[in-house]
Amino acid sequence: MSAENMPKKSPFSLQVNLQDFEKATDEEKKQQDVMSESTTFFKDGMKKLMKNPLAVGSIIVLLVIVLAITIVPAVVPYGYSEIISVNGKRDRTAKNLAPFQYSENELKYMEEGGKVFPHIMGTDEMCRDYFVRVIYGTRVSLVVGLVASVIVLLIGVIYGSISGYLGGKVDLVMMRIVDIIYSIPDVLIIILLSVVFKEVFADSSLAIIKSLGANMVSIFVVFGLLYWVSMARLVRGQILSIKENEYVLAAKVSGAGAGRIIRKHILPNSLSVIIITVALQIPSAIFTESYLSFIGLGVQSPMPSLGSLADAARAGIQSYPYKLIFPAMMICLIVLAFNLLGDGLRDAFDPKLRR
Amino acid sequence: MGRYFVKRILLAVVTFFIVTAITFFAMNAIPGGPFNKEKATSPQVQAVLEERFNLDKPVPEQYVLYLKQFFSGDFGISLKTGRDIGTTIMTSFPVSAKLGLQAIFMALVCGIVLGSIAALMRNKWPDRVIVFLSTLFTAMPSFVLATFLLLIFCVKLQWVPAWSIDNPSYVLPVISLALYPTAYITRLTKTSMLDALSTDYVRTARAKGVASWKVMFKHSLKNALIPVITYLGPATAGIITGSIVVENIFTIGGLGEKFVSAITNRDYPMIMATTIFLAILMIIMTLISDLIYKVVDPRINFD
Repeated sequence: MSAENMPKKSPFSLQVNLQDFEKATDEEKKQQDVMSESTTFFKDGMKKLMKNPLAVGSIIVLLVIVLAITIVPAVVPYGYSEIISVNGKRDRTAKNLAPFQYSENELKYMEEGGKVFPHIMGTDEMCRDYFVRVIYGTRVSLVVGLVASVIVLLIGVIYGSISGYLGGKVDLVMMRIVDIIYSIPDVLIIILLSVVFKEVFADSSLAIIKSLGANMVSIFVVFGLLYWVSMARLVRGQILSIKENEYVLAAKVSGAGAGRIIRKHILPNSLSVIIITVALQIPSAIFTESYLSFIGLGVQSPMPSLGSLADAARAGIQSYPYKLIFPAMMICLIVLAFNLLGDGLRDAFDPKLRR
Repeated sequence: MGRYFVKRILLAVVTFFIVTAITFFAMNAIPGGPFNKEKATSPQVQAVLEERFNLDKPVPEQYVLYLKQFFSGDFGISLKTGRDIGTTIMTSFPVSAKLGLQAIFMALVCGIVLGSIAALMRNKWPDRVIVFLSTLFTAMPSFVLATFLLLIFCVKLQWVPAWSIDNPSYVLPVISLALYPTAYITRLTKTSMLDALSTDYVRTARAKGVASWKVMFKHSLKNALIPVITYLGPATAGIITGSIVVENIFTIGGLGEKFVSAITNRDYPMIMATTIFLAILMIIMTLISDLIYKVVDPRINFD
């Protein structure tokens, strides 16, 4: 319709005068087009995360480390507890070699035309390839960190959501329990329980304990007993605020049960906080594991962990400082990467939490 | 406030009983009693020994008896050395306490100063350097730091003498214990200082023409320090656990070193007494920092 054949406004009507309007040109219409695609919470967060150079750097570092611990054991022809042998014979001269140094026997063998894989980080005092040990140690430390965090995640989320959702007296009692566990000096109890479990589990015939070693199991048990409380508190706080939202009320009105509301409405909305906490929990677990290994309560030898390697390196620190430097650098790198990634996730997904 | 105090003290008491119970019952779960040695003892001797150490009574009763003895200052006898544990703790604890107090003091002073500088010079190079270093040091376990400090400054450069009883040099152990809390307090101070600097009362004070140093110390820093107080409890706990390894590395004969050697020697009475002793210390420190927090900032409601 052009302006001329628009209906005329009667003088006293309250209607707007349509003749005052004119049609939008194509150019003007274009301005109204929504240029960017619609974004979800997750997409938006990821976009922000990818703009943070520190977080991207940490992701790359972590990916490289994960790649290294999966590929290296397949490529390097030494085992973590294997004493280096040349031509099928045990090589007693390959003791405490410096990085990329070969032992006498190996040099002889190479002159004869044999091939020897270089010792990238040298060897240790028991003639084992140190590079493989550091890689396996990283693997153990990372696995301990991840599994411990998953344990914390499961217990904390279940406990926190029950407490927060039910509220009232149940919440009060559950939170008092959390308060008490929270005030228990955790590291001391970890040390104590590790000592105890080491003895109790020592001659246990359970398959899981045999394959993992008593100390590793005790680390997991202790994390399951003590470390979940901050996660539970956090989840409870989230749920207390989320459950007041209208959509939860709507779900309740349409007859959804407590389990469904928690699973479908509350947990997805508190997911960002949970992920951030897990990302920050992993380095703390790795710290704890290395600390325990360092005072001799870590994983069972000959299985290495970064902490036990650092501990073993102390004996010959003056002559072979690189033996401490490699595992120590690895711990710092992993912890730093997870810390920075956690900070980045927090900035990207939960600006309110920003410290 | 009185109600909060009572509640908080009650929580500390409950925590104490739980920690001692865990410690006691866990230690009792270890298979084999202390007198089941390879060396055969006659049944009579065994019975006398068990009676002397209350081992013939049921475990819960042993726990009560142990607590009674603990509070009367009788911590039992070390299985390894045969010495009285109470004397061992009392002679080695002052060394650890001196170390820990120096570390906390250093962490507080350096952390608050660095954090304030970072907040006041936000996004300039001093801020960036401070943030970088504090991120780096929160990722470094104290035992790694301690070993490297010992290697570089004591062995290679020989700037600092090694630890000896006649010539105790606290510099390196204190630094290795204090760096993590320093880094944490720096970050804490920086964020709360930034919050404080953007509040209305600071703007008002500036608008009124109050001297800038006065605005900084009286209005901003005073309020920015409140979160630091809450960190004092965890910081003490961190320094105590850190000192367990750091003392071992520098071979300082403090309580931490005794604790580790008790663990390696499976000296159970010593492990138990030390754990309970250190746990009480941590519980009291957390209690004190929480109470101070409430006094300084009565608005805070922990429920």
